[in-house]
Amino acid sequence: MTPRPWRVSGRRRETADSWTLDLEPADEGPGMSYLPGQFNMIYAFGVGEAPISISGDPNAGGPLVHTVRDVGAVSAAICRAEPGEQLGVRGPYGSAWPVAAAGGRNLLIVAGGVGLAPLRPALRDALGRRHELAGLTLLIGGRTPADLLFADELAELRDDPRLELAVTVDSAATGWDGHVGVVTTLIDDLDFDPAATVALICGPEVMMRFAAQSLIGRGVAAADLHVSMERNMKCAVTQCGRCQFGPTFVCREGAVMRYGDIERIFNLREI
Amino acid sequence: MPTRSIEQVLAEIKTFEGLEQRHLDRIAGCGRNCGFESGEYLAREGDAADTFYVIRHGRVTLETPAPASGPLLIASLGDGTVVGWSWLFPPYRWSFDARAIDDTRAIAFDGACLRGKCEADHELGYVLMQRFAQIILDRLQSTRLQLLDVYGKPGGG
Repeated sequence: MTPRPWRVSGRRRETADSWTLDLEPADEGPGMSYLPGQFNMIYAFGVGEAPISISGDPNAGGPLVHTVRDVGAVSAAICRAEPGEQLGVRGPYGSAWPVAAAGGRNLLIVAGGVGLAPLRPALRDALGRRHELAGLTLLIGGRTPADLLFADELAELRDDPRLELAVTVDSAATGWDGHVGVVTTLIDDLDFDPAATVALICGPEVMMRFAAQSLIGRGVAAADLHVSMERNMKCAVTQCGRCQFGPTFVCREGAVMRYGDIERIFNLREI
Repeated sequence: MPTRSIEQVLAEIKTFEGLEQRHLDRIAGCGRNCGFESGEYLAREGDAADTFYVIRHGRVTLETPAPASGPLLIASLGDGTVVGWSWLFPPYRWSFDARAIDDTRAIAFDGACLRGKCEADHELGYVLMQRFAQIILDRLQSTRLQLLDVYGKPGGG
């Protein structure tokens, strides 16, 4: 439960309110191994702690990478951390995206807004094991072109033959030659075999609900859909109950959950 | 490569899937093939909506002019989608600009011709209205999601 000190070694602005931080151990200890989809509790000293998904490549080594959106006091303090400053880190916690288990099938990744950050480790892992997959597709929805994370990386991925990539934004001005419309319109346009598809979905809960409904409407089984749940969290080790989601704890059974397992409570308002 | 008739193309468009052949034939009778270069307008906001289009291949954006920022993009439409339903409802004026952003091949349908056939054959009118109602519903749902601004800051901050 004691946060370990990590030093900020790099800081990049992604959008108007989101930053990517590289962290290196500030003690003599080793780096961190993690699975795609896992998160850490990041502590801004004197301000507070928040669960933040890891956004790095789980197989690349190097610094621990988190992408953080400034939505409150704690996340704002984390975003403000300059290179050389320290943050406390506990983790990794939680479940993982089932990338390896999708072997032989199509892996469809659907990201909305800052939801691309928790999916980035799954994407990097999938690109590394692309030969094991029948197909790999990434659909991204954003608010405007300026709100898209990892813009440089997306520009490279457009030409990557390992990946089918489609990006849409909810609104744009002239100059944007990409797609305009909600992310579910990209699902409508997919040419794929739904019976041989595993989908990973992350974004605001409304977006995940509509994306799941669209995919089920196209014939993908609910058991083959995986979503990343977000709940307020305090301990991250199943002691406080703050992140309880029906009969589950998001810190233990999640954040990544099989949609088929939680479909009933996912659509339950009184939860 | 053999040229496919408009009836054959229509039968493979999602909006017209499953229509009886006699209905497809009547609809196709009001259509003609056309093409637009990238940047060319299919329609202008406020102009007479005497035509609607089915995109065979290409991309079209729906836009609305804005004084300070230039046109605002509302939706992108691709292969197999229908552009325009203002031909169905008085005063038959386009509500938005429609601009090709890739070289685009389409089928243009004469709205007055089709409205006349629907008046004369209410069964055709009913099935066509059903199909266009589905398009309108899909676009309405998408627009509602866009309006929710789900990627905005929690609490709207």
